[in-house]
Amino acid sequence: MEMTRRDLLKKSGKFILLTSAAAAAWEHVLAGNIESAPNYDVTKHWWAMVIDPEKCIGCGNCVRACEAENDVPTGYFRTWIERYHVNDADFEHPQVDSPNGGHDGFPEKYHDSGKTFFVPKLCNHCADSPCVQVCPVGATFRTPDGVVLVDQKYCLGCRYCIQACPYGCRFLNPKTNTADKCTLCYHRITQGLTTACCEACPTQARVLADLRNPKDPIHEFLRTHSVQVLKPQMATHAKVFYRNLDGSVR
Amino acid sequence: MHPLLPGVEGYMYPNEIELQWSILIVLYPYITGLVAGAFILASLERVFKVEAVKPTYRLALLVALAFLLVAPLPLQLHLGHPERSFEMYLTPHRSSAMAMFGFVYLWYLMIVLLMEIWLDYRKDIVGWAESGAGLKKWIYKILTLGSRNISPAALRIDDQVGYFITLIGIPSAFLLHGYVGFIFGSIKANPWWSTPLMPVVFIFSAMVSGIAAVMLIYMLSSKLRRVQIDMRCVDTIARYLLYTFIIDFSLEMLDLIHRLYEADESLSALDFMVHTRLFFSQVILQILLGTLLPIALLGLIQITKFAEKTRKAIYVATGCLTLVSIFAMRWNVVIGGQLFSKSFLGYTSYKMDFATREGLLPAIALILLPFVILYVLVKLLPPWPKREAAA
Amino acid sequence: MKEFFRNGEHLIRVLLLLTLGVVAFLVIRRAVVPAEFGKYGHFRPGAMDDIRARPVKFAGHETCEACHSDQAEVKSKGKHANVGCEACHGPLAKHAEDPSSVVPQLPDTAVLCVRCHEANQAKPKWFPQVVTAEHSGGVACNTCHKPHAPKIGD
Repeated sequence: MEMTRRDLLKKSGKFILLTSAAAAAWEHVLAGNIESAPNYDVTKHWWAMVIDPEKCIGCGNCVRACEAENDVPTGYFRTWIERYHVNDADFEHPQVDSPNGGHDGFPEKYHDSGKTFFVPKLCNHCADSPCVQVCPVGATFRTPDGVVLVDQKYCLGCRYCIQACPYGCRFLNPKTNTADKCTLCYHRITQGLTTACCEACPTQARVLADLRNPKDPIHEFLRTHSVQVLKPQMATHAKVFYRNLDGSVR
Repeated sequence: MHPLLPGVEGYMYPNEIELQWSILIVLYPYITGLVAGAFILASLERVFKVEAVKPTYRLALLVALAFLLVAPLPLQLHLGHPERSFEMYLTPHRSSAMAMFGFVYLWYLMIVLLMEIWLDYRKDIVGWAESGAGLKKWIYKILTLGSRNISPAALRIDDQVGYFITLIGIPSAFLLHGYVGFIFGSIKANPWWSTPLMPVVFIFSAMVSGIAAVMLIYMLSSKLRRVQIDMRCVDTIARYLLYTFIIDFSLEMLDLIHRLYEADESLSALDFMVHTRLFFSQVILQILLGTLLPIALLGLIQITKFAEKTRKAIYVATGCLTLVSIFAMRWNVVIGGQLFSKSFLGYTSYKMDFATREGLLPAIALILLPFVILYVLVKLLPPWPKREAAA
Repeated sequence: MKEFFRNGEHLIRVLLLLTLGVVAFLVIRRAVVPAEFGKYGHFRPGAMDDIRARPVKFAGHETCEACHSDQAEVKSKGKHANVGCEACHGPLAKHAEDPSSVVPQLPDTAVLCVRCHEANQAKPKWFPQVVTAEHSGGVACNTCHKPHAPKIGD
């Protein structure tokens, strides 16, 4: 009885699911082998992310989910959360901490009237990435759909890209001895899934966006909200957009 | 990588806590700097006709070669995948200064340095190939490339081509070391490094270190060979050392004054770093003991007449101080650039291991290796005229 | 010119050696550079495929809801409507692939619920948070709250 119901559910589930992309993804998950979704066209997407720090509760779900999804080595971070504490008008000297990147949440530290909030961070997948510019061999690159990736089979481990990133999002992976960083879960988003961090976020503080998709909610969002990127003076054309980012955020 | 690591002060982005570029990357610009500086000293005689420094001409070239051969080694030890380093020649990324290095290095090694040494020594090599014995004879024979023509016409061609090579060698030496400065200077993410002055500062500090190195090696080798030091030569070298030092110091001061005046967002973080973590290496070692003191001593020699013995002592002292100073400068740039957070809110510290791949021990070995190579080169291609055998 | 060839012949040997070196390098390069390098930019396109071939660990809530539609139904009406299944239950693509192979283990509520709902000055004011020691005195959260419909009275 259980088996038949499951079979039925499997078949009907395929049809009642909201998007065909998710259905394709589900199919691949069930099939057990992940091959590139054959209908994914790199020229039809331009990936970005929207982060709303006012929704972030610093639970660390994203950090843990990323670690689980991508086998991130302990002590290194493809994404992390920062906690800011700003006293009055002193923008220049916020107190910032990120215990183990926010992996296990944040122990209570402040009991005052200062402004305190969380800021999730990750690779900004810059359209004019300085890390891609300096790679001597082409081991790090930007895909046609806007994701900055590292070729683990080609990287020399010279670490020039790590030095060139203004945001501190790169590290040297001690297991592969190559540069490593957030891949925007490229293996997921090219199959219609969202990133692990967005999937795990309980408050939708992080939302994946596709700028090339006219139906993506990001277009309306950008039109109606105040958005910032980190370090705009670096002219990296970062594609992680923060809503109402406080002036003290580095 | 735990954020509660002792040595972290304030806030560092989690991935910034551990330094990426170690003492090996301090060593690399130091070594290529010595190469460029030694070569410039050699070119003083060949191109600028400063005849007084002729006794050090061949020695300077051999010093440059010894260090150039060692230069890629700290990089290889540092790479996560040294076996992939050839990729820089296969698929160089043209927007990357580091990629262009492979070709600049190759160009400088093959076309400039080896050619110049070969052309200058060719007459002697042919002679040694004929008169030598055993393994050495075969080495010389290979070095002749099969040609035994040392007629005056051939030697004249050698001289002309050699002159031309030295001529293009000067900008090539600047390129070899200037690009290292550009590798740092072009990183907008790091305000300690990002300045157009970086390549120029690197070049001039390279010249200072190279000149000091050749001067010391010349004096030491003369003492070991029990040969009298040509004081006119050494006095001239010391004078050029002084001039170059003054320019180098001016450039560094220009950078400092600019930073202090413009007082941009990075200043307070950098200023704090210099006053704490970099105080000994930058203020004491590089500036006071390593620049002002040598300049004062060398300047004193220009205005006061000192006895030969005193001058020799001063040259040895300033030479050593200079070598330490320029190493400190590389340290302050490379390590200093990684000690502060790009958030400008914190600092970390450099934990140098001893006997690991990027530790102190291999660094010491790598700085000694060029002297071993130099010894072999000097035996193979003696840079000084053969002394008459004692009767 | 003839004089050059007679007396500069050693230089021609050097030139020859260099040319040989360049040719050897070009041959090696042709053999060794990865296929299609440069097709989309200065990189190996195979790298994109390598990354896309990585295993998926989180199935995504849509996959969970396909089988667990009853829980999904309950959850969609409560305060946890927008909390993904795997946000609490962890990565379960393997379970979705073969349900009997992996039985999901729920972490202790003392850790799980507290991670989000422990009061913290940095958390936004609109977010429900309590000082658990005062709120429940050590009693397990799911004694009173049903995780899929956490508001008491729902």
